[in-house]
Amino acid sequence: MKLLYFAWLRGKLGKATEELSPPPGVGTVGQLLDWLETLGPAYKSALADRRVVKVAVNLEYVGAEHPVAPGDEVALFPPVTGG
Amino acid sequence: MIRVQEADFDIGRELAGLTEGRRDIGGLACFVGLVRDMLRQPEAGEETVTAMTLEHYPGMTEKRLAEIEAEARARWPLQASLIIHRVGRLLPGERIVLVATASSHRQAALESCQFLIDWLKTQAPFWKLEETSSGAHWVAARESDDQAAERWRRS
Repeated sequence: MKLLYFAWLRGKLGKATEELSPPPGVGTVGQLLDWLETLGPAYKSALADRRVVKVAVNLEYVGAEHPVAPGDEVALFPPVTGG
Repeated sequence: MIRVQEADFDIGRELAGLTEGRRDIGGLACFVGLVRDMLRQPEAGEETVTAMTLEHYPGMTEKRLAEIEAEARARWPLQASLIIHRVGRLLPGERIVLVATASSHRQAALESCQFLIDWLKTQAPFWKLEETSSGAHWVAARESDDQAAERWRRS
């Protein structure tokens, strides 16, 4: 699974992208975020306030119940501020 | 048409290009967003913005902008539309975004132009990093932007 991080999430995690293989049982976006939090203090801090962590799976905005699968591109980012 | 680019754009040339050779366009509306040097939060005092860096999610940005443009063209009878959004480091006074819409009549052009910028602000994956005298910080999303977008939502 390809993870992408943008804006201050990228800053807090210290990387823009990584390949991860979540364990069996991680089947939704919510479960993925819960698992990411166990990877270390940087993840725990970055994902602490879920209200400001938006998720896109394969370029589409999704909610916590959306399924995730091994080949997916999953992007985590704060609320957008363009324009 | 959608363009995401580092380079500046020429407003006059872009608007002229939209209507060139057309005889069915009666109204052309546009919005241009610029980098301003004033901080959003009044409590920040006298601090000013010295530069702003626009980051985006290549691939999703273009896809989302095309979807927003298609939504505008489904809602209003438009003869032409254009969204140009810049990325990279910009200085105060520089142009960030151009939205333009053309229709037979002014109402469709004006309304769809406002719709496009309101939706773009809350849905297209761009993020602003402001540089100030006290350092760089990511701009937080504003509730007023969400409210502006919300009034275009159809129940």
